[in-house]
Amino acid sequence: MSDAGERDAPVLELRGVIKEFGQDPVTRVLDRIDLRIEHGEFAALVGPSGSGKSTLLNLLGLLDRPTAGELRVLGRDTATLDDAAITALRGRAIGFVFQFHHLLPALSAVENVMLPLVLAQGRTRASDRTAALEGLREVGLAARADERTTRLSGGQQQRVAIARALVGRPPLLLADEPTGNLDTQTADEIFELLREFNRRWRMAFLVVTHSPELAERCDRVITLVDGRVVGDRRPR
Amino acid sequence: MPVALFLALKFLREGKAASTLVIAAVGVGVSVIVFLSALIGGLQRSLIEKTLGTQAHVVVRPQEERPRPQLRPAPSEGVIVASREQRPAQRVRSIVGWQRTMAELAADPEVEAVTPVVTGPGFAVRGTASKSVAVLGIDPASYVRVVTVDTRLVAGALPRSGTEVAIGSELADDLGVEVGDKLRIQAAGGRTELFTIAGVFRLGNREVDARWVLVTLRAGQTLLDLVGGVSSLELRVRALFEADRTAARMTAHTGLVAESWMQLNAELLTALRSQGASSLLIQVFVVLAVTIGITSVLVVSVVQKRREIGILRAMGATRRRIAAVFLIQGGALGMMGSIVGVATGVGVATLFRRTAVDPRGQPLFPIEVEPSLVLVAVAIALGTGLIAALLPALRASRLDPAVAIRHE
Ligand SMILES: Nc1ncnc2c1ncn2[C@@H]1O[C@H](COP(=O)(O)OP(=O)(O)OP(=O)(O)O)[C@@H](O)[C@H]1O
Ligand SMILES: [Mg+2]
Repeated sequence: MSDAGERDAPVLELRGVIKEFGQDPVTRVLDRIDLRIEHGEFAALVGPSGSGKSTLLNLLGLLDRPTAGELRVLGRDTATLDDAAITALRGRAIGFVFQFHHLLPALSAVENVMLPLVLAQGRTRASDRTAALEGLREVGLAARADERTTRLSGGQQQRVAIARALVGRPPLLLADEPTGNLDTQTADEIFELLREFNRRWRMAFLVVTHSPELAERCDRVITLVDGRVVGDRRPR
Repeated sequence: MPVALFLALKFLREGKAASTLVIAAVGVGVSVIVFLSALIGGLQRSLIEKTLGTQAHVVVRPQEERPRPQLRPAPSEGVIVASREQRPAQRVRSIVGWQRTMAELAADPEVEAVTPVVTGPGFAVRGTASKSVAVLGIDPASYVRVVTVDTRLVAGALPRSGTEVAIGSELADDLGVEVGDKLRIQAAGGRTELFTIAGVFRLGNREVDARWVLVTLRAGQTLLDLVGGVSSLELRVRALFEADRTAARMTAHTGLVAESWMQLNAELLTALRSQGASSLLIQVFVVLAVTIGITSVLVVSVVQKRREIGILRAMGATRRRIAAVFLIQGGALGMMGSIVGVATGVGVATLFRRTAVDPRGQPLFPIEVEPSLVLVAVAIALGTGLIAALLPALRASRLDPAVAIRHE
């Protein structure tokens, strides 16, 4: 598929996606999900604990495959892709931010941010560092670039994780409770940071959150209950 | 820098304590290999050198006169009954046409040097003292190219004329003689000549130093009643450990008896070989221990880094790249360990050579680290590290990113 095709197709398109775990008994965690996310959308994914939000995000992020149904990323049917192609598509198209930020403690802040670029090219280059430093500057952490990430606060670590997710300018960013373990004020700052990047680069964001207040500030709120989409509305 | 190398180095640095311990362990293992190989190699070389200091690589002699069984007519077909055997009298015999044989042998590409020798038993007489000796008539110029007596002279020189003799240091002590003294030598056949002692040598073999008496070829021939003849041709060959094959070829070619140092020192060779085998066994166990050490550290690291591996996969790292990160760690641990080990091994070997010395300051153990040994040790450690990392690398590459990343 051509680049133009990728740009025209929705970022994500799900038809009848089912995810089951276990053999006997089989647990159906996601049940016939239909969902479409366009370029530049800023959507919240909400729902009670255990409703399948993280499971859905893993599928969308190509970290796991659906049991059944169709999952298209940038118009590509992921069922037809092999492991290497999936990895390549994931590296190019999707950025991740997790609740527990998931930085590599072996690397400094700037090295963490460089990772997606370095992994995409297969080798380190001087220009990666420049791009990563720019990313850190955008999240307000340029001064801490060469520090071990373990010495940063929770909010700062999450900022590094955001810089890392955005450095390759992927068309889709998936965030699983990115503000989950932060205090209200820091959570607010992080949320605003995401919003700002969404507006600036027209990236699509899908953010899992437990905060109704934050959800109301998104363009779209998708509600998941017991593995089913029970609500999809636009607060404003 | 390739990304796998970049990450491997970062991970190694992160687990500094574990990395240091493994490198130390590999270092100990490699230093044992280096030290042991240097010691055993040195010992073997010195043993061979000592043995060959007094021996030619190959000695060509005339056919033994076989004990002649007297045959009686067979009582029934196919049965031969041997009765009385007659052993010929032991006397010095010459190689027929030795000049031609010598020229042929010298032309053999395997042969480095060949020299004619006439030998026989005799007595060295000084006043009332008399010692049983082995008389060797040699051509000094070519003889020293086969047996390096010239480098082992403790006084004087090798005989230059028919009236000069060089004797072993033990014999000189036994008889209380030194360079310049007169010595009467009586051959077993009865002939007697008076010689002047031109030199005293020490070949390091007590038996040889107490019995050998070197005279010129012509003087030996006269003394041993073998004018114009030689009792053996002695050779130095190019490939030391091919000497038995070379000798066999010469036997087939000349019809004479050719014996190599390997046949004459079969016991020594067996000892050397079993020594080599046991040192190989030790090395195998060391390599095994090193492998297990590296593997266990990396397996633990893979378990500890499950989440990070998941993140790397989420960021676009392929399975192969994840495997490479751990393979490189194994190789690097082996490599660094081997460098530490080689340095330690060489250091200990040097210390050993300096401290384990006899009163004259000569090393007791001829220990020598060859450059090839260093290369082999590094290569083995590198290979071992890679092999040790195979299993952990495979496990790491098979981690399911979704499972690895799930927060508990
Ligand atoms: N690998 C798995 N094997 C078996 N069951 C799983 C697996 N992953 C998730 N589940 C189950 O699927 C259900 C949904 O889990 P999931 O983590 O997606 O919920 P969630 O909506 O993210 O919840 P939370 O808000 O607490 O994070 C849970 O009942 C969980 O136990
Ligand atoms: Mg969750």
